[in-house]
Amino acid sequence: MFTVEVKVGLKKGVSDPEGANTHKSLELLGFKEVSSVRFLKVYRMTIDAPDRDSAMERVEEMCRKLLTNPVIHTHEIVFL
Amino acid sequence: MRSDEVKVCILRMEGTNCEQETFDAFKRLGASPEFVHLKQLEGRDTLAGEGRLLKDFHILMFPGGFSAGDYIRAGAIFAARMKAVLGRDLVAFIEEGKAIGGFCNGFQIMVELGILPAFDCTMAEHPQAVLHANDSGRFECRPTVLKHVNAGKCVWTSRSNKGELRHIPCAHAEGKFMLPHESQEKEDALYQRLFDEDRVVFQFSDPIGDTEAPYPFNPNGSRFNIAGITNDTGTVFGMMPHPERVFFRHTHPDWYRRRIGPEEGDGRAIFWSVLDHIERKF
Repeated sequence: MFTVEVKVGLKKGVSDPEGANTHKSLELLGFKEVSSVRFLKVYRMTIDAPDRDSAMERVEEMCRKLLTNPVIHTHEIVFL
Repeated sequence: MRSDEVKVCILRMEGTNCEQETFDAFKRLGASPEFVHLKQLEGRDTLAGEGRLLKDFHILMFPGGFSAGDYIRAGAIFAARMKAVLGRDLVAFIEEGKAIGGFCNGFQIMVELGILPAFDCTMAEHPQAVLHANDSGRFECRPTVLKHVNAGKCVWTSRSNKGELRHIPCAHAEGKFMLPHESQEKEDALYQRLFDEDRVVFQFSDPIGDTEAPYPFNPNGSRFNIAGITNDTGTVFGMMPHPERVFFRHTHPDWYRRRIGPEEGDGRAIFWSVLDHIERKF
């Protein structure tokens, strides 16, 4: 069993209204030290796979088929 | 083919809405629409006699709504499930010249499926575009003005003249149509290709037809105010606003002031056009 996190973010240059609004709200609350906020989605999953490479391969396939849209997304897979 | 012989699959799953208005629009024009749940096409969890085959229909409609709660991305779950089981059927359906339409969440599903814009293919393996979060960061729900800019390729708008303005409401949080950005030059070339190939169908405009009008006329920030596109054959069509909500005159916000025929809502021409196409072709 492997526990994996898939972090899906936006490519550089893609508008991020959620991040921008969060940044603005933090500033309004007095957190002036925040210079940028980018929105990320994290999926944490437990996977039954014979080895780490097989698990990685399956998670990459999940990213291609469902979790990301390559037009705007980047993704990072982290084994916990 | 007579209009009552045109079978329309109004495809839905958990979270779909607007399917009743879509059904009513086709029904009012004399076609034979049917509500079909995705599981009925997948052949999953259905009783005997409840399964349906995509090939038995002439028009496939993806209505609006929030399929699967809009989780992951709007339309992504619907599209992934459909592609996994019905991908080949969908390609065959399109290649036979049958029509597919989607409004709002339907357009998002079609883009995630890869059947729009579908550059150099019928259905792309991976999405070639995206309907991203509105620049405003808000759900934009209000009347919008659309300019019909298609010169004749799209079979869904043959009853609308090029240059006509149509008042059709929008209701979406993720409607910013975007093409890949490998470089500014390549992105510009893709947009140019959409226009050169007569694949842009509707652009958001202001009330006098300026398609460069910014927010609030363009509710989501799409480049070139793109509101709806078609595929290379003109039979697959998606748009963010909701024509099914203005099929009748009385559902326009200014219905009493605009003296148009009682059935002549601005969305009607879209349903009528595609019925014309199917009646002629089959």
